[in-house]
Amino acid sequence: MGTAPGLRLAEPASPPAARPYASVEGIARRYGAVAVFEDVWFGIGRGEFVCLVGHSGCGKTTILNILAGLEPPDGGVLVVDGKEVTGPSLDRAVIFQGHALMPWLTAAGNVAFALSCRNPKWSRARCEEAAGLALARVNLAHAADRKPAQLSGGMKQRVGIARAFALAPKMMLMDEPFSALDALTRGALQDEVARLVAEASQTAFMITHDVDEAILLADRILLMSNGPGARIAEVVVNTLPRPRTRANLHHMPGYHPLRDHILDFLLTRSSRFDAKAPPAGWTPRTPPITQPAA
Amino acid sequence: MGRPVPGWKSALLSLVLLALFLGAWELAVRPAGGGTAVVDPEYAALLGQAAQQGNATPMPGPGEVARRLWELLRDPFYVRGSNDQGIGIQLAHSIGRVAMGFGLACLVAIPLGFLIGMSPLLYGALNPFIQVLRPVSPLAWMPLALYSIKDSSISAIFVIFICSIWPMLLNTAFGVAGVRKEWLNVARTLEAGGWRTAIRVILPAAAPTILTGMRISLGIAWLVIVAAEMLVGGTGIGYWLWNQWNNLSIADIIIAILLIGVVGLVLDRLLGIAARAVSYAE
Repeated sequence: MGTAPGLRLAEPASPPAARPYASVEGIARRYGAVAVFEDVWFGIGRGEFVCLVGHSGCGKTTILNILAGLEPPDGGVLVVDGKEVTGPSLDRAVIFQGHALMPWLTAAGNVAFALSCRNPKWSRARCEEAAGLALARVNLAHAADRKPAQLSGGMKQRVGIARAFALAPKMMLMDEPFSALDALTRGALQDEVARLVAEASQTAFMITHDVDEAILLADRILLMSNGPGARIAEVVVNTLPRPRTRANLHHMPGYHPLRDHILDFLLTRSSRFDAKAPPAGWTPRTPPITQPAA
Repeated sequence: MGRPVPGWKSALLSLVLLALFLGAWELAVRPAGGGTAVVDPEYAALLGQAAQQGNATPMPGPGEVARRLWELLRDPFYVRGSNDQGIGIQLAHSIGRVAMGFGLACLVAIPLGFLIGMSPLLYGALNPFIQVLRPVSPLAWMPLALYSIKDSSISAIFVIFICSIWPMLLNTAFGVAGVRKEWLNVARTLEAGGWRTAIRVILPAAAPTILTGMRISLGIAWLVIVAAEMLVGGTGIGYWLWNQWNNLSIADIIIAILLIGVVGLVLDRLLGIAARAVSYAE
């Protein structure tokens, strides 16, 4: 983590050889002449946790779907591990906003199905055994034989998390995974994900509009301006030390400046940002990098 | 609907209604005039044996129907020549034809419905044909089938096939087209591939809708087989019913109606069990 406080400019775009693990290069989504977002550039390093924060309607979910390979961008490319992404891959697991469990399978069946896709040669018994272990890692071993309809919202999302982590993907993509949950459950699952990500040194990208969630989990927080024509307006480096938990987070020095900085962006600057008259030093490829907590 | 009613109450009411109905039936067919039957000579000539035995009316009472039912069910599988076979044999013929026609319709409708459901292009292209052919009465196909197939039994199977196919085709297409996008996205991120996605995701997701279509189809098939067998003759409960009409054995006709109802109920219940096995709660 850098130590220089305040605002500084990033280095010019790095040559292809030094590309981060995942490199988003000028992607856009357009409906006719209207761009929801365009000229969006950012990278995700190996083992890094990047959060994208912005208001509804700026195309956050679309960006995640493009990273997952579920949708092609209308412009620009996505390069992961040196290869252009043209479709979904088991190397990029997705935790969906609405758990997306198959209701005719049990919790273990859902995880086992994912494992059987990952490991086509595994026997049914081996998939089921591994599914049981994956569920135990999210403390759901007791609910393995239940159908999703018999699980609470938090438990369903836990199964979704277990399914994604069981794949041992190179990158984890999370689309507001806790937004449908009550505050208590959300907090517990945030700690759970933080633990799993730390255990696996998991490269991760998460979309959220919960500032505290971003501060808890992310190494870097991308702030997105409002659509249409949304851009990455600023990159916030989260210098708060790890391990972070919800219990100690708000006691950490630097937490409040960091939180205020992001909230200020969401409340005022996100709507004022204009890519045609950008703030000094802003370019689409090198948005300003700030370290409010340092 | 109000408060739930305990099952035994409705069962009791069913029994009371049945008793009332049987009583009214018995009263209605009881010969008037205190037992001494007055037989109209013309009527006697028409009825022959039955009138001479003193039956004032050809309409049997419930007791007589029950006796006849017992007679038929005691030996349901006898064969005494092509025109005199047990009621069980007749029902088996009808069920066999329905099974053949319905089975063939399943083999065509479910895969085709899958394709139509997955391809909006194919759906648009085939929809006009389906919409025109679907409302055609199955029996309207019968002359064409008899002419081109030249075999009455196979024609009956064809008619069952053609009437079973539409509800299954449309329901399969509807179920497949309605599979939630997020489940398909899960399959895509798992790189499940087309075949695996079809079998492990789309089929179980659409199965309840498909089963509903199969249930409707089977109901129609059982309705149609009786009429078709009346036309083509030979064997089957429909033919037997028509035969008993020609013999003017009203008791047998009533029994045929009862048995057709019971078999139809059993067939529907069987698919109901299958439907429950594939249903899921979201």
